[in-house]
Amino acid sequence: MEIQTHNDSYKIPPAGSRAERRERTEFGGATLFEKIWDKHIVKTIDDGPSVLYIDRHFIHEVTSPQAFTGLNKRGIKVLRPHQTIATADHNVPTLNQHLPIKEELSRLQVEALIQNCHEHGVELYGLGHPFQGIVHVIGPELGITQPGMTIVCGDSHTSTHGAFGAIAFGIGTSEVEMVFASQCLLQSKPKLMRINIEGELNKGVVSKDIVLYILSKITSSGATGYAIEFAGSTIRSLSMEARMTICNMSIEMGGRCGLIAPDEITFNYIKGKPLSPKEEQWQVSLNKWKTLYSDTDAVFDKEYYFKAEDIEPMITYGTNPGMGISVSATIPTVDTINENDKSGLAKSLTYMGLTQGAAIKGQKIDYVFIGSCTNSRIEDLRLVASFIKGKHKADDVEVWIVPGSKQVEAQAIAEGIDKIFEEAGFMLRQPGCSACLGMNEDKIPAGKYCISTSNRNFEGRQGAGARTLLASPLTAAAAAITGFVTDVRELLN
Amino acid sequence: MSFELASLNSKLINRSQVNKMKALTTILSRFVPINIENIDTDQIIPARFLKATTKNGFGKNLFRDWRYYNDDESKTRADFPLNMSQFDGEILVAGKNFGCGSSREHAAWSILDYGFRVVVSSFFADIFKNNALNNGVLPVQVSEAFLQRIFLQDNNTELTIDLEKQTITIISTGEQEHFDISSYKKTCLMNGYDDIDYLISIKEEIQKFELEKL
Repeated sequence: MEIQTHNDSYKIPPAGSRAERRERTEFGGATLFEKIWDKHIVKTIDDGPSVLYIDRHFIHEVTSPQAFTGLNKRGIKVLRPHQTIATADHNVPTLNQHLPIKEELSRLQVEALIQNCHEHGVELYGLGHPFQGIVHVIGPELGITQPGMTIVCGDSHTSTHGAFGAIAFGIGTSEVEMVFASQCLLQSKPKLMRINIEGELNKGVVSKDIVLYILSKITSSGATGYAIEFAGSTIRSLSMEARMTICNMSIEMGGRCGLIAPDEITFNYIKGKPLSPKEEQWQVSLNKWKTLYSDTDAVFDKEYYFKAEDIEPMITYGTNPGMGISVSATIPTVDTINENDKSGLAKSLTYMGLTQGAAIKGQKIDYVFIGSCTNSRIEDLRLVASFIKGKHKADDVEVWIVPGSKQVEAQAIAEGIDKIFEEAGFMLRQPGCSACLGMNEDKIPAGKYCISTSNRNFEGRQGAGARTLLASPLTAAAAAITGFVTDVRELLN
Repeated sequence: MSFELASLNSKLINRSQVNKMKALTTILSRFVPINIENIDTDQIIPARFLKATTKNGFGKNLFRDWRYYNDDESKTRADFPLNMSQFDGEILVAGKNFGCGSSREHAAWSILDYGFRVVVSSFFADIFKNNALNNGVLPVQVSEAFLQRIFLQDNNTELTIDLEKQTITIISTGEQEHFDISSYKKTCLMNGYDDIDYLISIKEEIQKFELEKL
């Protein structure tokens, strides 16, 4: 196969359609994506989209009300309520959740969700329920998310669930209404990309750094129109939590979805979860799941290869998630930046109050946010706790730890992690999307710098005028301790 | 007429459509240029305005934080095109990778509510493109060169988008480019059909699929 070399760290296979190249292969192997996709096609419209059957539909309070209104206007009910799961996450406060929501519009939206779920027979894990949490945290931890499924939600980070070997993607509210009405969506098949990462990770480097590194190489539009499979020995070595962090940010590359072939790590994670298959059904499911991988002769439209050893702790300096660098590097200049971000660099740095060519290390930080569907799982909290134990936050930094779900919160308390946070001056809050998106009460004030484990550094994302630096939980915790952007490797023994 | 468009037409043409979209065939209009790349949906409509439970009224907050200083409607940013009186029209022209980020359909609703029927760019993010089409807003993807030609025109220049012919034309210069759209989506837009009508119409096939394939 002809390979075009772009630089030392990654390669792109030849041009030409995937179909043409697939014809050239001896066995015409199928990709993981195709194995799942093909099983879920009800029919295909000529010169049009396919009718894709949806196994699981997650909903939340922000993108569902207009869809329920649409159903009510048509006088129909949710077709398959038992394949639909609801929670309240975007608009909920993360303190005093036992009290009524103060902000009226947020409260009305959460109340509308309760009413709609009741009327349509949809299970709701709302505020006060022991399963409540961020929709992309609770699906996996309850065992609802399983390999081979098609999963959608009115939220772009639905790609998270792809870590289990599922086709999972975000949809708009009209599409939420389609799934309510028919349990199907009209979808055109995306092109297929595989991103391979091989080798052992360096000290202080975790899965968030991997995905920020990939983003810095292929840019925030590098995978638009593609379904991405993440593969290679580095990916195989990761826990489910770490894999979810990577698939979560597939959408930040523009990808329709991101997925990873399920393996023993996946199966062990799912086994015993509240809603996972039990007894004889477990073995039946397991046999099916074990067929879910890309055949050795499967063909992708585009393929990238990265080496784990090249990845250092990462941080973003700009206003899209592709604008990332190693914490030890300097901010690019118009001469060194990639084409995708060249025209936006000056505007971006003006917003961020940062300078071309300057070091990012040593940048003063005001807030630290550890949470969101990207990094709020128990493993993230354990990692932060183990690093900060015996240390204390810098005086002028505010640190928020927001667990992804009630279950994560309960687990953290059971393990005594909450005490470590308290002693370090970190505030452990209650589950929700929190300061990821500047929608609920948790916002970063204008002009302030927040090192955040979330997924987006867009202008105003964490609050109007807020300046976001995306990083791993470890790098965020290091900044919490020093008060500055810090290379965490310097603080590890 | 290809494929099952004929049957689709017969299935939908006489339906009383609940959420019937406004049909779109040709648009002749001046345009509003926003020459910025990678415009994400948080800029199109910030999250704090997503608390409504209806689809109406989002237009006034379109590009909210680029239109006003400090979220104050009395402090407009004079250099932002939506605030410049010389620019007007039903066509928004923006830099490449328009609509990336969040899946919020509120972005499409705010663009439509503001008065745009067409967005022209050299590249669109997937979810935004679907959301726009589902609301009767036409995303027209042109080459980067053609996009730059549009940005060079003065504020009196009109553009014509002909959906039937799939062309976009700069009236003053006669420059024209063809754009792609699936014939299914084209039929839907030209007639104001939506996907939900279609999916409900094939409910029996879906139930058969559930019994046989799942």
